[in-house]
Amino acid sequence: MKSTLVAGALLAFATATSVHAQAIKLADVAELSGGGATVGTNWKNGIDLAIEEINAKGGVLGRKLEVSHADSQSNPGVARAQVQKALDAEPYVLLGPGYSGSVKVTAPLAAEAGIAQIMGGEAAELTQAGNKFLFRTSFGQQSSMPKVAKYIHDDMKAKTVAVVWVNNDFGRGGRDVVVKELDRLGSKVVADLSTEAGQADFAADVGKIKAANPDAVFVYLNEEESARILKELKRQGVTAPLMGETTLIGQKVIELAGDAANGARGHVGLTTDAPVDLIKTFRDKFAKKYNYVPDHNGLKGYLAVYMVKATTEKMGKVDSKAFADTLHGLTIKAADEPGILMDVTFSETGDIDRQSFLVEVVEGKQVVKQVLPKVK
Amino acid sequence: MSNLFDLLVAGLATGAIYALVAVGFTLLWQTSQTINFAQGEFVMLPAFLMLATMHAGAPFWLAIILGILLSMILLGLAFKMLLVDPMMRHGVLPLAIATMALAIGIKEAVKQFFSAEASPFPSIVPTGDISILGHAVSLQSIGVLVLAILAVFGLTSLLNRTSLGHQMQAAAQNPTVARIIGVPVERMILLTFLINAFLVALASLLITPIYLAKFSSGEVLGQAAFIAAIVGGFNQVRGAIAGGLLIGVLDNLAAAYVSTQYRAAVPMIFLIAVILFRPQGLLGRAEERTV
Repeated sequence: MKSTLVAGALLAFATATSVHAQAIKLADVAELSGGGATVGTNWKNGIDLAIEEINAKGGVLGRKLEVSHADSQSNPGVARAQVQKALDAEPYVLLGPGYSGSVKVTAPLAAEAGIAQIMGGEAAELTQAGNKFLFRTSFGQQSSMPKVAKYIHDDMKAKTVAVVWVNNDFGRGGRDVVVKELDRLGSKVVADLSTEAGQADFAADVGKIKAANPDAVFVYLNEEESARILKELKRQGVTAPLMGETTLIGQKVIELAGDAANGARGHVGLTTDAPVDLIKTFRDKFAKKYNYVPDHNGLKGYLAVYMVKATTEKMGKVDSKAFADTLHGLTIKAADEPGILMDVTFSETGDIDRQSFLVEVVEGKQVVKQVLPKVK
Repeated sequence: MSNLFDLLVAGLATGAIYALVAVGFTLLWQTSQTINFAQGEFVMLPAFLMLATMHAGAPFWLAIILGILLSMILLGLAFKMLLVDPMMRHGVLPLAIATMALAIGIKEAVKQFFSAEASPFPSIVPTGDISILGHAVSLQSIGVLVLAILAVFGLTSLLNRTSLGHQMQAAAQNPTVARIIGVPVERMILLTFLINAFLVALASLLITPIYLAKFSSGEVLGQAAFIAAIVGGFNQVRGAIAGGLLIGVLDNLAAAYVSTQYRAAVPMIFLIAVILFRPQGLLGRAEERTV
């Protein structure tokens, strides 16, 4: 009787160990609180949705996916500590963070560990440091800002532009590229305003914009600050057209800014309002699971997991060391892997090439005005 | 010039809200020697109470009334009975530290039970502009300014022109003598806590549509109001009002004409200058206690 019990216990232990060993472990470090909570929460929910879907269909190469979530508190120092902790557990792939500043300080850790890092940061410099393990889920600023500057100059016909940016790696990176491009095209920057992350009061900044009286205003802040400045722009009656990037016209910004978001335009690499059937399906599934419509960060988190799936299936094995080499130069077609939503190609630097959209907020909804094709 | 006018109006509107919060600081200090470092969080919480009431199905006007009542119960009555009274006997410093702990507790609780993300909050003042001296000024700025001034005017009238106000002043100036002449000192102290809770709830209602409802939004407000109270004079309601308006305008002018990065430093430098050269505050009086 005693030996039967021991044998049973051993069998149970062996089974549990085997199931545990079979699961592919992913580690996510995201902005689940602090100023980037909107970013991180969407990103996390996107990841969880993708993993649930993939596991329901049998996993990747017959193995289930597992993810651990850690909170960076939107603080690069905390992000670094959390990533180190996550890497100590030897994950297959590291997901996140979303903030460029946090990516910048964590990327060397992942590279040193030889673990691929799929992140949400958009600062231009991130993929220009020769890191062979870092991959984007959205456009870098060097890809998106020239399109933005061209739109401001050609379509908005703005001869003078006010540029408002957030004083962190993300904001500074975007500001540098867009100012350079506007200058090259012949649009003059008449106000160049740096603001602080987490800033609550934008009255003075908007006052300066009013004084400069520009033909257009380029706003490049994080989501919550974008909503606050949109409200202040409306409050102070600024009528110049507003142009931005995803962070100006995202779902959360529209929810927070209300009427003040109407009329704002933005170049968007990813939007849940894109006229793409697979994205519409994603949006419906996400809204059903979480009871709200995600912003582009939800899409990024979702795509990150499907990048893992597609790359692993391309290799035909779970090999964290070979993962980055395989993803470099890889084109994933939505016809082969619907979870990737749109055809995408990864460059040798980890940047992406994908179609993008020009969006305007009309009556509280994102309306896609133009579809911009893949570059190559 | 037009820019300066806009900055002044916006600064006064923000400053009026700082003044409401700063007045609460001085009231609590005068009557119970409570330095409430959770005052910023006291401004943040009522907005969430109102949002929770609205989520439960109440219309906005009812949510405002319930939010203010709940604030007076939680941030006035419960704050005094559960934290201030038990800690008071240990002295000013342990009580101040306890309010710091309370600030962290409120923030974390809102983050846990509501969300770490910002939420929109409706404005009681309609959007739009009116023309003043040829300048378009937003109705929201004017509305905030007017409501805050009305609240402060109402409070000063209560303190200076009613028997109740005189009893409160007596309780603050000399509680022992006040007791001898029959002033219900304990009730007067409780009343100041309730007034403080009402003021922070009103400040919350006015500032949250602009700053958005977020668990961390009290940090900036608490600090600004604390500076305003010291700059104006911690022992004078009128000092707190002047300090609030001054800090609001100074903050906006600093952001516009000095630098956005250093905007937070300018009120601090001003605070240091006041402490060095006029420690009782601009309108405060040395060695005097009054409300």
